[in-house]
Amino acid sequence: MENNNYTCTGEITSIIANLVMVKANGSLKQNEICYFDHEGQKIMGEVIKTDGNNAYIQVFESTRRFKVGTKALFTGVMLEAYLGPGLLAKNFDGLQNDLDKMEGVFLKRGERSFPLENDKEWAFKPIARAGDLVYAGDWLGEVDEMGIPHKIMVPFKFKGKYIVVEVMPAGNYYINDTIAVLKNEKGENVNATMVQTWPVKIPIKSYVDKIRPSELFETGVRVIDTLNPILEGGTGFIPGPFGSGKTVLQHALAKQAVAEIVIIAACGERANEVVEIFTEFPELEDPRTGRKLTERTSIIANTSNMPVAAREASVYTAMTIAEYYRAMGLRTLLLADSTSRWAQALREMSNRLEELPGPDAYPMDLQAIISNYYSRAGQVLMRNGKKGSVTFIGTVSPAGGNLLEPVTEATKKVARCFFALSQERADSKRYPAIDPLDSYSKYLEYPEFAEYSKKNIGEEWIEEINFARGALTRGREVYEQINILGDDGVPVDYHVMFWKSELIDFVFLQQNAFDEIDANTSVERQKYMLEMVNKIVKSGFTFEKFEEVGDFFKRVIYIIQQINYSEYQSEKFHRLETELQQVINQKVNA
Amino acid sequence: MEAKFFQKTYHELTNITKATCTLKAKGVGNEEMAFVEGRPAQVVKIVGDFITLQVFSGTEGLSTKSEVIFSGEPPTLNVGDHLTGRFFNSFGEPIDGYPVVGGKKVTIGGPSVNPVRRVQPNQLITTGIAGIDLNNTLVSGQKIPFFADPDQPYNEVLAMIALRAKVDKIILGGMGLTWDDYLFFRNSFEQDYGQSKIIGFINTTEDSPVERLLVPDMALTAAEYFAYEKNEKVLVLLTDMTLYASALSIVSNRMDQIPSKDSMPGSLYSDLARLYEKAVQFPDGGNITILAVTTLSGGDITHAIPDNTGYITEGQLFLRRASEINKVIIDPFRSLSRLKQLVIGKSTRSDHPSVMNAAIRLYADAANSRTKLENGFELTDYDRRVLKFSDEYSKDILAIDVNLEIDQMLDKTWSLFQTFFTKDEVGIKQEFVDIYWKK
Ligand SMILES: Nc1ncnc2c1ncn2[C@@H]1O[C@H](COP(=O)(O)OP(=O)(O)OP(=O)(O)O)[C@@H](O)[C@H]1O
Ligand SMILES: [Mg+2]
Repeated sequence: MENNNYTCTGEITSIIANLVMVKANGSLKQNEICYFDHEGQKIMGEVIKTDGNNAYIQVFESTRRFKVGTKALFTGVMLEAYLGPGLLAKNFDGLQNDLDKMEGVFLKRGERSFPLENDKEWAFKPIARAGDLVYAGDWLGEVDEMGIPHKIMVPFKFKGKYIVVEVMPAGNYYINDTIAVLKNEKGENVNATMVQTWPVKIPIKSYVDKIRPSELFETGVRVIDTLNPILEGGTGFIPGPFGSGKTVLQHALAKQAVAEIVIIAACGERANEVVEIFTEFPELEDPRTGRKLTERTSIIANTSNMPVAAREASVYTAMTIAEYYRAMGLRTLLLADSTSRWAQALREMSNRLEELPGPDAYPMDLQAIISNYYSRAGQVLMRNGKKGSVTFIGTVSPAGGNLLEPVTEATKKVARCFFALSQERADSKRYPAIDPLDSYSKYLEYPEFAEYSKKNIGEEWIEEINFARGALTRGREVYEQINILGDDGVPVDYHVMFWKSELIDFVFLQQNAFDEIDANTSVERQKYMLEMVNKIVKSGFTFEKFEEVGDFFKRVIYIIQQINYSEYQSEKFHRLETELQQVINQKVNA
Repeated sequence: MEAKFFQKTYHELTNITKATCTLKAKGVGNEEMAFVEGRPAQVVKIVGDFITLQVFSGTEGLSTKSEVIFSGEPPTLNVGDHLTGRFFNSFGEPIDGYPVVGGKKVTIGGPSVNPVRRVQPNQLITTGIAGIDLNNTLVSGQKIPFFADPDQPYNEVLAMIALRAKVDKIILGGMGLTWDDYLFFRNSFEQDYGQSKIIGFINTTEDSPVERLLVPDMALTAAEYFAYEKNEKVLVLLTDMTLYASALSIVSNRMDQIPSKDSMPGSLYSDLARLYEKAVQFPDGGNITILAVTTLSGGDITHAIPDNTGYITEGQLFLRRASEINKVIIDPFRSLSRLKQLVIGKSTRSDHPSVMNAAIRLYADAANSRTKLENGFELTDYDRRVLKFSDEYSKDILAIDVNLEIDQMLDKTWSLFQTFFTKDEVGIKQEFVDIYWKK
């Protein structure tokens, strides 16, 4: 991986935990990678501040036994990701080492492994032709990567215009083989292979334009798709106290979302949770393609016990891989659990550098860092007229579950969807614990989405959503009244209003992530259900006593839950529908 | 402390603070151990030729002429079978009056397990306590703390579980234990097992608080030896992790670091995660399970210590005194074992998940009825029955002094269902009602 051409060298002068200062004998570059020659191993670090010839370096691994005088080797290049076929169905660490290639049960300091395969052949098919005018990111050809048409592109680092001199004929090639020869503006021939590198902290901008999101990004989670929809190329975040269901929800999205590619950054969280993905995904199928979920997924696992500085790198590595697949015209979903751990890694470093602290001792530029990161998501238009997208959803772990803390606040300013998990809902096992009223999707206000939903979901779709929200709000208000005045102290109608909101909650918002059918609801079915439930909510009912109200609605809820557990439009489904109608007819006002 | 020939000795301290001292020295490695007038110390900062040492027992009485000897290596522990049955201090030195042990020297706080080499935890650990086995089932390789107020009998519960769990080794990491509690652990373990299973690393209230920072690493290094090299099932008990975290904050304050929430260091999450993530199921059958104690202050779980712990561990067990029955119970609402799904209904009887959920739902109904009662509203017949159920359920199931097999817990719960409710009110799947509902 690392070359042996170092731009300069230096010696360690100070060590404070994983912050190391080096006096260099040449010029330094911000964010360049360097290696420490330590006990026969090369330990990696990143320059995060320079001051004359002094480099401040965050070391990606433990600095145990480092000494003053230990030699540092500067590379002059920033942390880069390798991009090429073979990224899918892989488990990387934050620095893109292939974890499966590492030997032994324990991770060894200084060990690295190449993320791709040098000795694997890929069946290449040309797309570009001799004489074509091409720019960085244009498609030269493609290979089949686990059923995904993986485009081989003009390397993103190629600046300016190129004329295609030759594209290799269809056939089997290694990633390092030349698959095209291009002529640059100076008239020189340059070779393109199937692998390229890109600095992870810099966005890949080979597209022509970013497009405002307009199309629903289906997740199969009803409280998201219907009440707080996220759009293709959109951004969202999931804050919630510990145990409220952030990870379960993200795993559900990774399994169910309509994405063609899913990149998961497990950033500073539990190792056992990634093990769960390793164990489950090879068994589960993507319902749309019939292929195994692993085959559309790439995991960047920098769990909480892995080096803290590499946590920061991990979210950038994941974003870069997502952008790479977006440039192929693919619908990519990027998930990061948890972005708070990344912010904490920034905080640890900023404190060691003795920078002036912002709120809660986070760095002053936290807001800017988070918003730069979120702004890398989006749907883009390429030169060939094709679209690709990165939809990004991150989790936030607010200290003490209090949403008034810097990471939540900074994220709220940039993410367009806010899926707030509530402790109360989690405690009462109302999963997914997304609070329907505190949460929001800014996309509901987008005229583009209004137009899309009219055409693709239903004429009255937005009205139906607003109606359900209204009923939930009224339900919450009367619930408070009932609590203050007692069951007998309020008119029976209050109980009806309350139970109508409970109906929406129990049969529409709540969804059993562990039931095969209920876990994933198509938008068609969501529409059918919302209209059915809204119709019941709009109906008038007459009850003598308040006790009857709960009994009746519990019965209705029970039947609709059974419907939720049945195959859509199956015989059982219709039988239950009829039963439901009979129960309703007994009580509904004419 | 006598200097061996390769060790470097110095006699000039340039600076002494409450917890650290600084001297000029060359060729010293980061995190290396040293002895200042015989007191153990560790390198925490190197700036040019100036080495800052954290002196574990404090710097009282040190002089600028004090002798400093560098050991040339980070803290180590001698591992081997001879650890069994022994009790040590934070530095791995015997405190039980028996001789020093040999063995293989390893540095503590070693590398992490590659996540792709981990195996998903899958073995049930039974404790006999229904509040755990029935409602919050433990799994080997799990990490889970007790959240308890300081007046709860958490150390007794910990000892009881350790004695009942079918494991090969029990390793106790005691931090800020009172001498009485240390003896309590030692006696109760030795009574049941003699010397066969127990190892302790103990920092008592008589020792310096900063020393206890080494305890979890010592315990977990020993655990890794038995679990990885000997394929044994190891249960690690860490009590009290709140005192561990306080020691972290003492050190970071004295090093002038900027504190974050609740005067804890900004790295608290990473510091705790590094320890708890040592819980693992190894591919060759060995495993490390961590049961910890995090004492709360006034039941506040939003404080930085329990909060960060909750974000790291796989659930938590709440100890609470239930006033209705005047017994300590495992609170079914706030407790959670996140790994229970991996074993319940699979390694246990298939009605386990349904019975568990139904009972907790009814228990929650009882809480509502109790609120009604307290607010002076009229109770229905159902309210009264559910309240009676809840008392019996607390006494026979949730109380920590219950000791039953899981099948007995399930049978007991079925019999409570039948005493107080109709089948509809319990609402369990017909297939289980057919088998377990006795007419
Ligand atoms: N949709 C759901 N259906 C059923 N149970 C759920 C659901 N979501 C969460 N849970 C339960 O809650 C537990 C915790 O969920 P999860 O691990 O997703 O929380 P989290 O918010 O990621 O917590 P942390 O911040 O500590 O990582 C799960 O182990 C499971 O028992
Ligand atoms: Mg989580």
